[in-house]
Amino acid sequence: MNKIFIIIQREYLSRVKKRSFLILTFLTPVLIAGIYAFMIWMIMKDDTEKRTIAVINNSELVEPVKSENFTTFKYLHNTNFEDAKKRMNENGYYALLVIPEDILKSQTAELFSYKQVTIEVKSDVGGQIRDHIEKIKRSKIITESNMPDLEQKLAATRTPISMRTIKFGEGGEVKESSTEIAMAIGFISSFIIYMFIFLYGVQVMRGVIEEKSNRIVEVIISSVKPFQLMMGKIIGVAMVGLTQFIMWVVLSGIIITIGTAMILPGVDLDTLQQAKTISELPQGAGSLNPEQFKMAQELLGTFDLPYVAGILGAFIFFFLGGYLLYSALFAAVGSAVDNETETQQFMLPITIPLILAMYIGFAVAKNPEGSLAFWGSIIPLTSPIVMLVRIPYGVPIWELLLSMVTLIGTFLLVTWIAAKIYRIGILMYGKKVSYKEIWKWLRYHN
Amino acid sequence: MTFFETKDVVKQYAGHTALNKVSITVPKGSIFGLLGPNGAGKTTLIRIINQITGPDSGEVLFNGKSLSPKDIQRIGYLPEERGLYKKMKVGDQAVYLARLKGMSQMEATKKLKVWFDKFDILQWWDKKVEELSKGMQQKIQFIVTILHEPELLIFDEPFSGFDPINTNLLKKEILSLRDKGATIIFSTHNMGSVEEICDHIALINKSEKILDGPVDKIKKRYRTNTYQVSYTGEFDKLDQILNTDFEIVNQEKGIEYNTLNIKLHNGSNSNDLLGQLLPYLNIVSFNEIIPSMNDIFIRVVKESKNF
Repeated sequence: MNKIFIIIQREYLSRVKKRSFLILTFLTPVLIAGIYAFMIWMIMKDDTEKRTIAVINNSELVEPVKSENFTTFKYLHNTNFEDAKKRMNENGYYALLVIPEDILKSQTAELFSYKQVTIEVKSDVGGQIRDHIEKIKRSKIITESNMPDLEQKLAATRTPISMRTIKFGEGGEVKESSTEIAMAIGFISSFIIYMFIFLYGVQVMRGVIEEKSNRIVEVIISSVKPFQLMMGKIIGVAMVGLTQFIMWVVLSGIIITIGTAMILPGVDLDTLQQAKTISELPQGAGSLNPEQFKMAQELLGTFDLPYVAGILGAFIFFFLGGYLLYSALFAAVGSAVDNETETQQFMLPITIPLILAMYIGFAVAKNPEGSLAFWGSIIPLTSPIVMLVRIPYGVPIWELLLSMVTLIGTFLLVTWIAAKIYRIGILMYGKKVSYKEIWKWLRYHN
Repeated sequence: MTFFETKDVVKQYAGHTALNKVSITVPKGSIFGLLGPNGAGKTTLIRIINQITGPDSGEVLFNGKSLSPKDIQRIGYLPEERGLYKKMKVGDQAVYLARLKGMSQMEATKKLKVWFDKFDILQWWDKKVEELSKGMQQKIQFIVTILHEPELLIFDEPFSGFDPINTNLLKKEILSLRDKGATIIFSTHNMGSVEEICDHIALINKSEKILDGPVDKIKKRYRTNTYQVSYTGEFDKLDQILNTDFEIVNQEKGIEYNTLNIKLHNGSNSNDLLGQLLPYLNIVSFNEIIPSMNDIFIRVVKESKNF
């Protein structure tokens, strides 16, 4: 038994020490955070480019667009379109706005330029014209109806409705929940499992092929049982995967904390959660608008401790269960071939259920209670992925237990079969192996 | 005294018999040659000894007791298909393999340094295996095989991939291990090395053992009572000198002296032959032609095919 630890240790250390592992582990969270920061920066960044736009106003509107901050509008009088077009470059006009005579009817204006105009300029100009026309129309109605406070009255009728989703717990207690967040958690966690099974399952397979093609395998199995070597490798690689995952979580946590502190100075998460309204928040959180405040509260409400612990527990269980199940199959495939190019024919039965599980997951997110959801989360080849999509919505405890027991049982059975293939396969050199051949191996004793 | 023994070992793979009632007896402190053409079943037998696979029927006795999993630590095995992790450092790898054989990290490191020093390869300790030549890797594999001082050593084609200098170094080590009390099973096609170092052999062909015993006895059994005489003097008409008990098998004219191969019949002995030759020839050398293991190997395998 001691020997399997020596194997796990080698499998673990030899991978964790690799430069590619370190780069992937440390760079991924930084990269993701970097992309987010960049996107936010792009959105927040104010456009400070000074532009002058020439305007030919053929309509009866009086100065429908007005110069503001960085954009200046220059009205050209008594100039026809052709002249204006010719003089655009020499006068340094960024664009030429033409407001037609029938703007009220056609509701269309034209913006000419040599370069593609930015989306902000376009919407800014359009918005100014729209506001101008709306204002004229409105004041006309107010005059006609003889109600000077019409505008205020209409504004008072606006009623936004926010839906709080509240779930009954097992004991009948109520819990605030968020459908969007449940869906996001389900997808993210099941996708992580899907990715890890593939990434690390293939690593197990490569490891087996490496040992076989290096011809070291016979030296090792004269010291340990093939089963110990196989399990040592599978467990060692699993620990590499978990290490990477935990590092990602910790690093992301650090980055998020730092990021939050920078965006909302002086607000910690507890204060944010306890505040009933935005006005209760201390100064400095003013950059948070009411909508963001509501989302943050919802997010924090969803993440109460038992809920998070439950999801995390299920995640780790199905993560390990799914990984162990599939990596045993990957190990068997690796043992049956001489090099990676030969793995193709045996990979199909492994990849198809995995990809299928991902598709079932998408369908289940829409209907987490249907029979597809049920069977998908019970059948062990798809359950690690499909169940994770369902769990954030709440799953009856018996279904969860059934799924877990089935997964463990199948894992044991598959490992037993894989070990039989493995112990024969690793000593087969230079032979093209078929499914028929593997079937024969399964019937060997010893 | 017998150290290792198999009794009527049978191993079958779906529709194909790899070993059919093979019994071998390896005396303690001997170098036991396990011979046979490719595909005869040698590797299967070796894998059974190493408990990589198990026999379908028959007994395997290690030091008089049925072979058990804990005996693995008392066996050292250098397989024919041998290699190392390419990306791993030489020292780390050797320690790892030694630990799998049950040694502690400290003990393994200490002993490895001694052996590395002896083989003059201490400077490779921190190199990656892929930087070494094949011959260098073989040295490391050899050290790892014998490091835990096993009582039974199994070498499968140990000299393949070695140059003559290192082959000699290895032979010397193998013999000194034997002298220190280890029992060695030695599997090979290379009959030259068998003659040099083996004292017992078993010949396996087509899943069956067809010949075994001490090397000198086997050689005696297969000798043909033929003598070679080198001489100067009379070349022709020799058949007229010798009587019918002696048959001239081969006669060659040389530059300095001639050679003559004579087979003895009807219970006559070498003295009779000498007596008849001496009056006529000036004899330079006289010796019995003992068949080489190579000849015996080929002859026995051919004979067994005729069955």
